[in-house]
Amino acid sequence: MSVLEENLPNQDEFLDQSLESQMTLSMGPQHPSTHGVLRLDLRLDGELVVKAIPDIGYLHTGMEKLFEYKKYQQGIVITDRMDYLNPLGNNLAYVMAAEKLLGLEIPERAQVIRVMFCELQRIASHMVWLGTHALDIGAMSAFFYCFRQREKILNLIEAASGGRMTPSYFRIGGLMMDLPAGFERRCNQFLEDFPAALDMLNTLVTGNTIWQSRTQGIGLISAEEAIDWGLTGPCLRGSGVDLDLRRDNPYTGYETYDFNVCIEQDGDVWARFLVRMRELRESWKIVTQAVARLKPGPIKADAPKVVLPDRDDMRKHMDSLIHHFLIVAEGFNIPEGEVYMPIEGSKGELGVYMKSDGGPKPSRVHVRGPSFINLQALPVMSEGEMVADVVAIIGSLDIVLGEIDR
Amino acid sequence: MADTTVLLEYVEKLKAQNAAWVADFKDARGEVSVYVPREFVGDACRFLKFEQNFDMLADLCGTDRGPEEDPRFEVLYHLFSTTHHNRIRLKVLLSEDAPNVETVTSIWKTADWHERETYDMFGVIFDGHPDLRRILLPSDFDGHALRKDYPLRGYEPYSLS
Amino acid sequence: MGLENTLFESLPDVITVKLDAVVNWARKSSLWPATFGLACCAIEMMNTVSSRNDLSRFGAETFRASPRQADVMIVSGRVSRKMAPVLRRIYDQMPEPKWVISMGACATSGGVFDNYAIVQGVDKIVPVDVYVPGCPPRPEMLVHAIMMLQEKVMKESVKDRRDTYEEESRQSIVPGTLPVTEGTALEEKSKTATSRPYTIPSRHERRRSS
Repeated sequence: MSVLEENLPNQDEFLDQSLESQMTLSMGPQHPSTHGVLRLDLRLDGELVVKAIPDIGYLHTGMEKLFEYKKYQQGIVITDRMDYLNPLGNNLAYVMAAEKLLGLEIPERAQVIRVMFCELQRIASHMVWLGTHALDIGAMSAFFYCFRQREKILNLIEAASGGRMTPSYFRIGGLMMDLPAGFERRCNQFLEDFPAALDMLNTLVTGNTIWQSRTQGIGLISAEEAIDWGLTGPCLRGSGVDLDLRRDNPYTGYETYDFNVCIEQDGDVWARFLVRMRELRESWKIVTQAVARLKPGPIKADAPKVVLPDRDDMRKHMDSLIHHFLIVAEGFNIPEGEVYMPIEGSKGELGVYMKSDGGPKPSRVHVRGPSFINLQALPVMSEGEMVADVVAIIGSLDIVLGEIDR
Repeated sequence: MADTTVLLEYVEKLKAQNAAWVADFKDARGEVSVYVPREFVGDACRFLKFEQNFDMLADLCGTDRGPEEDPRFEVLYHLFSTTHHNRIRLKVLLSEDAPNVETVTSIWKTADWHERETYDMFGVIFDGHPDLRRILLPSDFDGHALRKDYPLRGYEPYSLS
Repeated sequence: MGLENTLFESLPDVITVKLDAVVNWARKSSLWPATFGLACCAIEMMNTVSSRNDLSRFGAETFRASPRQADVMIVSGRVSRKMAPVLRRIYDQMPEPKWVISMGACATSGGVFDNYAIVQGVDKIVPVDVYVPGCPPRPEMLVHAIMMLQEKVMKESVKDRRDTYEEESRQSIVPGTLPVTEGTALEEKSKTATSRPYTIPSRHERRRSS
């Protein structure tokens, strides 16, 4: 808060006043700054927020019910649409849960490509975060710079999988298809240009005094509160808790990559902003290492009853054709059991709980969406702040309504 | 698969504290699930949080086994520790006529919305919850959507009236 | 709106045709969308607005947050049952002339989600002018949709009344369902008319009044 704070009367006096002096403002589902269809019921005293009650469910799609009616491989398509800024991350969580149930071994090349795409997707997701966060606070140019970088990443994802935002690239047992020719050259081209773009964004946003005064000291949450409210990801690391599932509960070979976990101590909007900006650079490092590690090899696990055979194989060999037919027509059965597979998505701990009863369709799939839990802490962060700060806080939480409402 | 000896130690500690807490446990695919009878959920969770340092409730969800099964509902608690990075799962089995279980919002504040979602989707009632109402489905929705006997396409086509 | 229409209806065709061209050109060149981004298609809409595929070239310069200042509502994303009344309300708050683009498979027909939670097609709630398939549609497809809408706008006429239903739709209003002003022609008709099926007149069925 700025110099003016000395001139304001004590804020506690406002919070003790009766209800007649308060106004209810419905920051309603159609709003440019709520990052989706979120309704916030704000009780205001002047500009000060006394109570903030989020109302969600405006994008509820019944995805968890849909999963139970679709075979395992058909469910991958639905996961793209949950956290639509991080579709490859959602794919990964679902696919790895199924692989854990099956006990499949994923080949090396597939694991490296998975890491590469996950981190590229994290960069793309943080670009949207930064663009929209800046747009809400008023820095409109950052939006265009960020989306320019995102276009390059979307081109890469589209080259590999055919879809810009809904790739469904990972499959149970490996990948959909191998990378096209020339992909590494294009990826390296992007990686060369990206640090300059990051520096440009830092010049535009991070060093800006207006940005700093609008984000410092706002939306405070302490480390113990953050853990109690279940915050994960950059929101937790911004409060000083050293937790990153890529390092602590590693998966797909993350333990073999060299990267730092970015932590800030303050727990305000500025701290979360800095964490994500640093994470962009760390993700860039990981992608560089992954691309350097690419070696020719198989991309699908050795499980003919689960993984589709190559098209060539299918056309020449009878047993491949039979397997292909059975997998597509009837699906494959997964033995009974349940798993919980958490990954470090771009917003926090993205967990998929999958329960199988031995058939081709899952019995229950529950997705632990990090934005759902992070949003729960919004009232704690925004009570006592002004209405304009609520916009900044929502931006710093990086919520995606598709994941919240599923 | 991953090594579960550390997690099994936690099961032993739970049993040592009070043998009634652990009705059964399962060790599969690198994960340990402990079946806790519903009266003891609060106590077991408090023990695990305050004494065994499982300070984060990663996930709380429900499952419907099917209308013919008894107990019909399961409520799962996925606990995680930010200090020793271990995960353990607690399961509570609830029958259809008495789908009540004690709330854990006093232990982990994050359980609030998780329990509302489980109530919304399955109809499991959490006793002592500060504000148990629907969260994802419209507030005038009839029925609980994720139950196995609720049809995928719902009951009526949409109309604005 | 009513006064302009009665005025224009009395003008000879040679003037209204030229007036049509000017008015429609002005309208199509400055179609300001209302932000109605719901889900993944909203991000592709944001991609369409950003520098690579620039929607401002086509007149959609600013995305107005307030529907009172917007011309076209691009419904981008899946409409859940809880959101549907909100959608209708925002549509009602837009002043005439207004158009609706249904972007993406979910808005057009429910998309991948054929279940209890999603309205199977936004045209059950608002009249749609242009449908864009895709999941999500590429930004170029949305630009094409805006261009198609511009062609459609060029075909309209100032003589079309927008404030009341067309003659044939007026006849199908079920007596007793709408408030009727006393002493008007509609009241006479509603007293004597038999009950007919109630239909929401779609904008596609509007004809030129001559």
